[in-house]
Amino acid sequence: MGIEGIGARVARKEDKRFITGRGRYVEDMVVPGMKYGVFVRSPHAHAKIRSIDLSAAQEMPGVIGIYTGPELKADGIGNLICGWMIHSKDGSPMNMGQWSPLATDTVRYVGDAVAIVVAETRGQARDAADAVVVEYEELPAVTNVVEALKDGAPQLHPEAKGNLIFDWEIGDSSATDEALSQAVHITKMHIVNNRLVPNAMEPRAALGVYDMAEDHYTLWTTSQNPHVARLVISAFYNVAPENKLRVIAPDVGGGFGSKIFIYPEEVVCLWASRKSGVPVKWTADRTEAFLCDAHGRDHVTEVQMGFDADNRMVGLKVDTIANFGAYMSLFSSSVPTYLYATLLSGQYAIPAIHCNVRAVYTNTAPVDAYRGAGRPEATYLLERTVETAARELGVSPAELRRKNFVRTFPYQTPVIMNYDTGDYEASLNAAMQAAQWDTFPQRRDEARARGKLRGIGMSCYIEACGIAPSQAVGSLGAGVGLWESAEVRVNAVGTIEVLTGSHSHGQGHETTFAQLVAGRLGIPIEQVSIVHGDTDKVQMGMGTYGSRSGAVGMSALLKAMEKVEAKAKKIAAHQLEADENDIVIENGEVKVAGTDRTLPWAQVALAAYTAHNLPAGMEPGLKETAFYDPQNFTFPAGCYIAEVEIDPDTGKTEVVQFVAADDFGVIINPMIVEGQVHGGIAQGIGQALLEGCHYDATSGQLITASFMDYTMPRADDLPSFQISHQTTPCTTNPLGIKGCGEAGAIGSPPAIINAITDAIGNNNLTMPATPNVVWKLLHASV
Amino acid sequence: MYQTTYHRASSIDEAVRLLSEAEDAKLVAGGQTLIPTMKQRLAAPSDLIDLRHIPELKGITVSGNSVRIGAGTPHAQVADSQEIRAVCPAFCELAGVIGDPHVRHMGTIGGSIANNDPAADYPAAMLGLKGTIHTSKRDVSADDFFVGLFETALEADEIITAVSFTAPQKAGYAKFRNPASRYAMTGVFVAQHGDGVRVAVTGAGENGVFRATELEARLAGSFDEAALQGATVPSSGLISDIHASAEYRANLIVVMAKRALAAANG
Ligand SMILES: Cc1cc2nc3c(=O)[nH]c(=O)nc-3n(C[C@H](O)[C@H](O)[C@H](O)COP(=O)(O)OP(=O)(O)OC[C@H]3O[C@@H](n4cnc5c(N)ncnc54)[C@H](O)[C@@H]3O)c2cc1C
Repeated sequence: MGIEGIGARVARKEDKRFITGRGRYVEDMVVPGMKYGVFVRSPHAHAKIRSIDLSAAQEMPGVIGIYTGPELKADGIGNLICGWMIHSKDGSPMNMGQWSPLATDTVRYVGDAVAIVVAETRGQARDAADAVVVEYEELPAVTNVVEALKDGAPQLHPEAKGNLIFDWEIGDSSATDEALSQAVHITKMHIVNNRLVPNAMEPRAALGVYDMAEDHYTLWTTSQNPHVARLVISAFYNVAPENKLRVIAPDVGGGFGSKIFIYPEEVVCLWASRKSGVPVKWTADRTEAFLCDAHGRDHVTEVQMGFDADNRMVGLKVDTIANFGAYMSLFSSSVPTYLYATLLSGQYAIPAIHCNVRAVYTNTAPVDAYRGAGRPEATYLLERTVETAARELGVSPAELRRKNFVRTFPYQTPVIMNYDTGDYEASLNAAMQAAQWDTFPQRRDEARARGKLRGIGMSCYIEACGIAPSQAVGSLGAGVGLWESAEVRVNAVGTIEVLTGSHSHGQGHETTFAQLVAGRLGIPIEQVSIVHGDTDKVQMGMGTYGSRSGAVGMSALLKAMEKVEAKAKKIAAHQLEADENDIVIENGEVKVAGTDRTLPWAQVALAAYTAHNLPAGMEPGLKETAFYDPQNFTFPAGCYIAEVEIDPDTGKTEVVQFVAADDFGVIINPMIVEGQVHGGIAQGIGQALLEGCHYDATSGQLITASFMDYTMPRADDLPSFQISHQTTPCTTNPLGIKGCGEAGAIGSPPAIINAITDAIGNNNLTMPATPNVVWKLLHASV
Repeated sequence: MYQTTYHRASSIDEAVRLLSEAEDAKLVAGGQTLIPTMKQRLAAPSDLIDLRHIPELKGITVSGNSVRIGAGTPHAQVADSQEIRAVCPAFCELAGVIGDPHVRHMGTIGGSIANNDPAADYPAAMLGLKGTIHTSKRDVSADDFFVGLFETALEADEIITAVSFTAPQKAGYAKFRNPASRYAMTGVFVAQHGDGVRVAVTGAGENGVFRATELEARLAGSFDEAALQGATVPSSGLISDIHASAEYRANLIVVMAKRALAAANG
């Protein structure tokens, strides 16, 4: 579709401002009279608040006001909620504890907000926050999810006895037990999925502005979904009705899920602006980001996978305990349930699957969706188990997978999902070829001669993107619909603004969405602007997460474009005295197909607005809106192969080769897709080798609260990636898009860990596979 | 950061005077350690005395085997010094693996040694090289200077002006980085002097930099990797944290010592 249309490697339109440091983030916003908010936070993981003494702090220079939980409650501000209802297997609703935006009587994790100080400068606010005297009565704390379930464990919320939020299941338990009892071989695994801290480059921030004259609020915030923020803040937190609340998410420097949720700080900044009469800006420092951003993963799982005599999978039984942290974050309950257990069939035809999930409170930061959200956890346990099974059965891991692949589509799994299309073997073959799988033994021997242990590991992942059909998610407990919206505004001169409910925070929508429009009309991409992230400008939309912007957001844009094009064709047919069915739009012209009778696109746009000569009864203007509700999830899939070398003296792992072969359906911009895959793999390798969030088991202090102790992946930790695509277009959306944002983070951890366990001959490995961890295993067997 | 009063000293004497006059002053050199600590509100000096504009603290002089480095010399300048490289390349190699380019262009040798971070690189070199720390008051041998975690023999009103050492016959440094901070999780500096061998270890000891006397004994006869075959060091007294157990650090000491020897002999 032209050099700037679908499939073109168009340079990112937004990069000029990002690369030259001209992006405008919440922290860059300045409004008249703006002051600064700083939070007083709990230094304890679990404590009762005996008293709060503000007197000294209130006398500090520059202090405008200090506000606490009881005042917030008295003003009717609501508790933070989890917006996805999960029922336990006994039919009871999930046991959600209370989460006040400012703690009233109890703090439940280190960093829990207790008060906000508003002052003239950030330094003064911080000085005064230090002077707030909170008297705590410390309570015992528990951070480990297995410990939290034990009798006698410290209890976090009266609503959740035994710290249990829900005990949920999916699949057929007795059919699975039956299948396993018939199995010739069962592979059993104990799998821990390590807790991660998201660490977007831009820390979270909020600027709350209350306009007394209009009784109106504006919130500038680091959000992936400003409309959802407005909806939730008005409907549940009672700050203001929606028509009195404008939410703006300007440039946002990365989210990875952590900026989907509504956090206490946004609500408190809005409320504090009304209390104090001044606009209140808060920007997290990195320590607050570590302590208070929603963390990811943190599962402990037992797996049993059964095989028949022909090595076909007959059943899969999974029992998971999921750490939810101290409070239920906005979408926390969906992650270890419908975004996780529904993917447990992987790329395989497994006739019987059962998964049980217990969700548990602990004295740690809340846990919610983080790049991949549930799907990395499912993929990690499946792909480690399959690899282990292959070793136990003495067959090639590739052949064991090949034998069990789903090959006919659509395929109905035993765990809700219905895969529309895919070709798993194509990606497996492409990856094995790129990785030079067959000659690995030579490389292993050559490495051994150099004193290095070399291993190879693969992972065949599937994931679900394009979340999701509204009715389906509604029936599963979602509190919102998951459609998307788009408005196409053609200006009188033919240039175009697209207003999308999707939100770009690194994904490059300003380029890819414009490519779709420019390509369809054949106009230069500079003539198409993408507007997003402001509830006053853009119609209601659901935002960006779960790799949904292409599959859902662009499908909405396509629908709106089709309406615009239909009207433009009517206008052209009328002016060219032709049948509208004969009109085509190409190369920036609206013309009668197969003739030289054409109107420039701009002229048709102008005609729509001058309205001097429109078909009888046609409204002037050229602007259309569409809402698109997907029919199904999309199912990107692929095969990743990692090769590692380990220094046996130090246990240090070097990733020497990494191959990714992905099926993302139709690709809009290969360059952007490659960037997404690179970033995803970097995060996946980070999880596998480097990133581990540690809380002290008794004090509940976060030990990895800075980059001095929390290892983010750096460029020199990573090899050059080899990437290819095998495309089967998605059959359930009009563009054939599947999505690519999370695949790298989902598929890579098991490939890396399988490679290391291959190299060291010990399968007892946990993530992150730090040098110390690997060295210990190497020497344990000696 | 809390409020503080900034002073720019133009001589050592002025800096000493400012230091003694202020209520709770701190010297600032490269600021690579002090400023982040202040930003986190873990340090709150009433006054900051900037040493970066004192000419006497700058520069490298090498005459014969004697090396003298002004306290205010940044790591990058040491790493790039051809004069030092000619007599003790290991010292340049060590300076070149401190932090990242930004840190190496700002951070100074005086600041690093004064700070005595248990995972810092320079203390290992100073101890391994039998170096001397020159201050506004006296000369202190490295053996006496590094007292404990972030603790040195420096008095409150004392300023490091330079460090010096005599280049050994051979030296080598091997560093195993902490994966997160990239400071030394274990760093070993080996040096062969006319009168014996030194093996100095940083990043591993609960009391900061120390000499691995077991390894020194083995190397006394032969300054070669082979002499460490089968060597072990005790794990008692070593740091155990989320990154590395004491046992693992004990292993790293031997492995890094071997690699430092390979570098020294290579
Ligand atoms: C990201 C990062 C990575 C780093 N990685 C490493 C690493 O790998 N290895 C390593 O060894 N270090 C590392 N460092 C520390 C770095 O080397 C610092 O530069 C050094 O520790 C302190 O030197 P400075 O000149 O910056 O001192 P400053 O931060 O200015 O001062 C540090 C302390 O020394 C005192 N001081 C400074 N100069 C003098 C003097 N002349 N006399 C008396 N007292 C003085 C100050 O009062 C202060 O207490 C890293 C730092 C950062 C920020």
